[in-house]
Amino acid sequence: MRQSFFARNPSVVIFLCCLAAFTLVVSLLSEGAGTGFISTSFIKTLGKTLCLCLIAVAMDLVWGYTGILSLGHFAFFGLGGYMIGMWLMYERTRDIVVSSMANAQIPPTEQEVVDAIGTQIFGVVGSSEFPLVWAFADSLVLQLAMVVLIPGLLALVFGWLAFRSRVTGVYLSILTQAMTLALSLYLFQNDSGLRGNNGLSGLQNLPGVEASQAVVSVWFLWASALALGLGYMLAAWVVSGKFGSVIRGIRDDEARVRFLGYSVEGYKLFIFVLSAVIAGIAGALYYPQAGIINPAEVAPIASIYLAVWVAIGGRGRLYGAVIGAAFVSLVSTWFTGGQVPSLDIGFYRIDWVEWWQVILGLSFVIVTLFAPKGIGGLFDLITDRVRPDRHGADYGPDKGSFQEAEGRE
Amino acid sequence: MRTLLEVSGVSVTFDGFRAINNLSFQIGPAEMRAIIGPNGAGKTTFMDIVTGKTRPDEGRVIWGDKSVSLIRMSEAQIARAGIGRKFQRPTVFEDQNVFDNLLLALKKNRNPFSVLTYRRSEEDARKVRALAEEIGLSDQLSRKSGELSHGQKQWLEIGMLLAQDPQLLLVDEPAAGMTVEEREHTTAILVEAAKTRAVVVVEHDMEFVRRLNCKVTVLHEGSVLAEGSLDHVTANKDVIDVYLGR
Ligand SMILES: Nc1ncnc2c1ncn2[C@@H]1O[C@H](COP(=O)(O)OP(=O)(O)OP(=O)(O)O)[C@@H](O)[C@H]1O
Ligand SMILES: [Mg+2]
Repeated sequence: MRQSFFARNPSVVIFLCCLAAFTLVVSLLSEGAGTGFISTSFIKTLGKTLCLCLIAVAMDLVWGYTGILSLGHFAFFGLGGYMIGMWLMYERTRDIVVSSMANAQIPPTEQEVVDAIGTQIFGVVGSSEFPLVWAFADSLVLQLAMVVLIPGLLALVFGWLAFRSRVTGVYLSILTQAMTLALSLYLFQNDSGLRGNNGLSGLQNLPGVEASQAVVSVWFLWASALALGLGYMLAAWVVSGKFGSVIRGIRDDEARVRFLGYSVEGYKLFIFVLSAVIAGIAGALYYPQAGIINPAEVAPIASIYLAVWVAIGGRGRLYGAVIGAAFVSLVSTWFTGGQVPSLDIGFYRIDWVEWWQVILGLSFVIVTLFAPKGIGGLFDLITDRVRPDRHGADYGPDKGSFQEAEGRE
Repeated sequence: MRTLLEVSGVSVTFDGFRAINNLSFQIGPAEMRAIIGPNGAGKTTFMDIVTGKTRPDEGRVIWGDKSVSLIRMSEAQIARAGIGRKFQRPTVFEDQNVFDNLLLALKKNRNPFSVLTYRRSEEDARKVRALAEEIGLSDQLSRKSGELSHGQKQWLEIGMLLAQDPQLLLVDEPAAGMTVEEREHTTAILVEAAKTRAVVVVEHDMEFVRRLNCKVTVLHEGSVLAEGSLDHVTANKDVIDVYLGR
């Protein structure tokens, strides 16, 4: 008899319950709910963390399950943020412009309003013209579509070129770094049309919404939790069936999968594009909570941190990626936020804002060397999920080929 | 006799070293063929060429009734065209269980979208169990294949080959590292398979080749030295010199 998806994947049910409980408790304790045990800024931090968990799930799909160490997924995350940011900034500036022009004797024409918005937005980069990339900025629907389409398209083109020429391993990682670096350098230019190093700001204000930030932050927390829940279920569904079997096969022995008749490139491209789309959605939810996005967000280092989170959490299991992202980014916020008192050890004062990077780097090395399963590996102690137990006498010509005693009789 | 695979005048050079030299080879449908030859004779490289892993510098590789050329096709396309391959060292997906390994190989649509929406049918499960029965791994279905013994891994790989339902099986040293009983079982599986399809077996072990009881091709320095029954080739002066005489 066939079991349902949830019965076959109990960890998904547990995860969704934890996520729902977390969201509920945090909402009830928020300022938005009137209790105020948790400050609005911390609600935003938690909401952003959920978005980072979502991109970690995407990273786990490409790296943990398919074995493609992409060090460029923050490019897709950032693009998602820019796409929604354009609409937010345009509409909000429009509201401001319209209300300031309302007192004028002659009602402003549509063209005058657009020109005024252009001057407001692009004044900082010495321009007032709307660049072509802002063509759809007045349409929420189109910009939302671009949140998905633009990262997906970039991943499609990049992946098609890279996978078709069978670039793998370290070379692929370097290429993805180059991609995100190129994107960030492009965005840094003033004439890229996205305000250069100023980036887009004021994204926390939702146009046409009267509610206070305390309330809006809870809405975004819910939206982020919903996206994470759906993204997690989608990823779990993709990796649980035969498709998952194929991509894990690609991770472990790509050539063998080819000789079984599967077009490895097609599968890699599918996962790469899917994960880019998930990353784009995560970014589109993250930046309205952060309030600002600038080209530094897609700098190469960001994507490297993403790999570190997933490695520490435990790759190849979705909850591991989530735990890693949540744990490391929250601890990181705590250390870099300056709240941790410096430690005086007589001859030297340890300032955690700087030393945190060192700790993070060290823990990455330690986890990679001594606990390759990461934090997620702790769950194995409970569930007794053990690795293939290769006992028995050494037999075949190859490493890892052992024969059990009964096989030798 | 119809030919299923025709390799003619193929040569391959690795950094100036000619691994395959003007090799020609033919096999019909439902034929068993053994390839023997000293180490480095080019047996594995021959399989690499047929399966698309290595591109020959010159020559033709013609496949099937429609006489398509395999030279420009990718590995996956060639596999889908009906050529299955077992590697010299057993390569199974060690992190997955025996059932999933066989299911992965089972002949089905290989398109990513149809794999994504694939639902395991009772019929497929039955096919997998029948294959497991054939290769003697019925009671190992839920074990991770990394835990299997060397011989069992070899069988699992042969089982995956059969699951693909290819018209041509290329089997590289299937009996390496097997015990005597395991070898006998392997022979039986291969002989059974050759009733309905072409099977090419590379093997060093003469006893094993003798039991296959089929036509033998001797490779030496990248080309065919002799071809015929085992007794015929072992009586050949050249063969004795390069291979058996040592
Ligand atoms: N990719 C490669 N690059 C360079 N040389 C190669 C390559 N593949 C094979 N060779 C060389 O080609 C020759 C034939 O190798 P091949 O593996 O086909 O021999 P074989 O007959 O299968 O031998 P064995 O019985 O040891 O398996 C060997 O000398 C080998 O070193
Ligand atoms: Mg060989």
